[in-house]
Formats: sequence, C-alpha cells, structure tokens
Amino acid sequence: MKIKVFFILASALLVGTGCANVKPWQRGTLADYTMQADRDPLGTAQAEHIWFSREEASGGRGVGGGGCGCN
Amino acid sequence: MNTSLLKKLAVAMLIAGTFFTASAALKVGDTLPELASFKLEGALPDALKGKIVIVDFWASWCLPCAKSFPVLDELQKKYGDKLVVLAVNVDEKKANMEKFLQKHAVGFAVVRDAEQKLVAVVEPATMPTSFILDGAGKVRFLHNGFHGEDTRKEYITEIESLLK
Repeated sequence: MKIKVFFILASALLVGTGCANVKPWQRGTLADYTMQADRDPLGTAQAEHIWFSREEASGGRGVGGGGCGCN
Repeated sequence: MNTSLLKKLAVAMLIAGTFFTASAALKVGDTLPELASFKLEGALPDALKGKIVIVDFWASWCLPCAKSFPVLDELQKKYGDKLVVLAVNVDEKKANMEKFLQKHAVGFAVVRDAEQKLVAVVEPATMPTSFILDGAGKVRFLHNGFHGEDTRKEYITEIESLLK
C-alpha cells in the first residue's frame, strides 16, 4: 500500500518536473528558423513523396507556425 | 488501492495546479506599473500623464509585430501630441532588436525590457500585446495579437472614444 502511494507520488513529481511553462515572450528560440521542421522545402517534398509512395500517407507534420505564440 | 486516497491526491494536484498557474497579468481596469522602476533600456517619453498611451509589447522574431509597426507609426503621426506610442521590446539579444528597427524604422518611442522584469509583471498573453491607457494611466483596452486592418480599426475607434 505505502509502496503504491510512494510510487504514485514519485511518478507525479517526476512528470511535474518535466513540464516547462514557456511564456509568450520567451519563445524567441522556439520561433527561430532552425526550429522549423520543414525548413528544407526540397528535402521535405522528397520525404513526403517517399512516404506517400510507400505508405499511402502524407502530411501530419505538425501545425503551422514556429511556436512563437504569435496570435 | 484505496480510492479515497487517490481522490484526495487528485484534488491536491488540482489545487496545486491552479495555484501554480494563477496569473497576475495586467488587465483592463488595472493601472500600468511605474515604468521608471524597471530599468528599461532607452529613453522613456517625457510625459505620459494626461495622454492616451499605447504600450505595445513586441519581439523581433514575431511576424505580427512587424505588421503592427506601420499601423502604430501611422497612429502616432495621426494623433500627434494626444497619443504616445511606447513599444517595449522583449528580445533577449539587443542586436536582434536593432536589426529589426533598421528594417522597420518608426517614429514612436521604443525601449527594451532587457531583464524582462516589466514583461514578467505585465504577462502579455501573446506577442504582440498592446494596452491602451487613458490619461490617468489606467488600462482601458487590451489587444492580444495583431490582426491587420481589424486591429487598426479597433485602435482608431478606441482612441477616438478616449478623446471624447
């Protein structure tokens, strides 16, 4: 019983410490060009083509924007 | 497993979560803190009292901020002495701000919150966020983000309402 409670508390603590609240004004690094997953349009198009051809799937590369929180 | 214990744990975590996410952000009706006490880089406008003030929080990496600058500049020119536009930059690197200002030259006052102390108090929800203050320094209108012509029209309507 005590071990279970300890395990739950320890897990909650571990998960809690893994969270970082990045404020809107601290998102300069996230908004940087190098953080964009599709910063190489040609490479992205090639990869998309390969995936589409092999797996009949395309897209799903995240949402628009660089995570800067602008609007 | 004791379900009541789990329930208590869940409630405690919820309360803790609420406590840690509680925000003291500047909102409509509040008074802007005294800017001189935040060691902002750059010259603050001489007199803000008795004038309508737009305090705009912006960053060089924020695209809507770049779009908002010509509009804020236009408003400053249009309303002259009746309005003070004060842009507060929150960039971590001064060089980024300077590069941005070279590209988007403006006639209104720009200061930099180098230590990010003012922005931590004001807690703008987005970049940009602008506050329109009345002559007494009270926040009368708040804009999260910049939405082109819509925001421009809102700015004008709000400034006109304060001028009456």
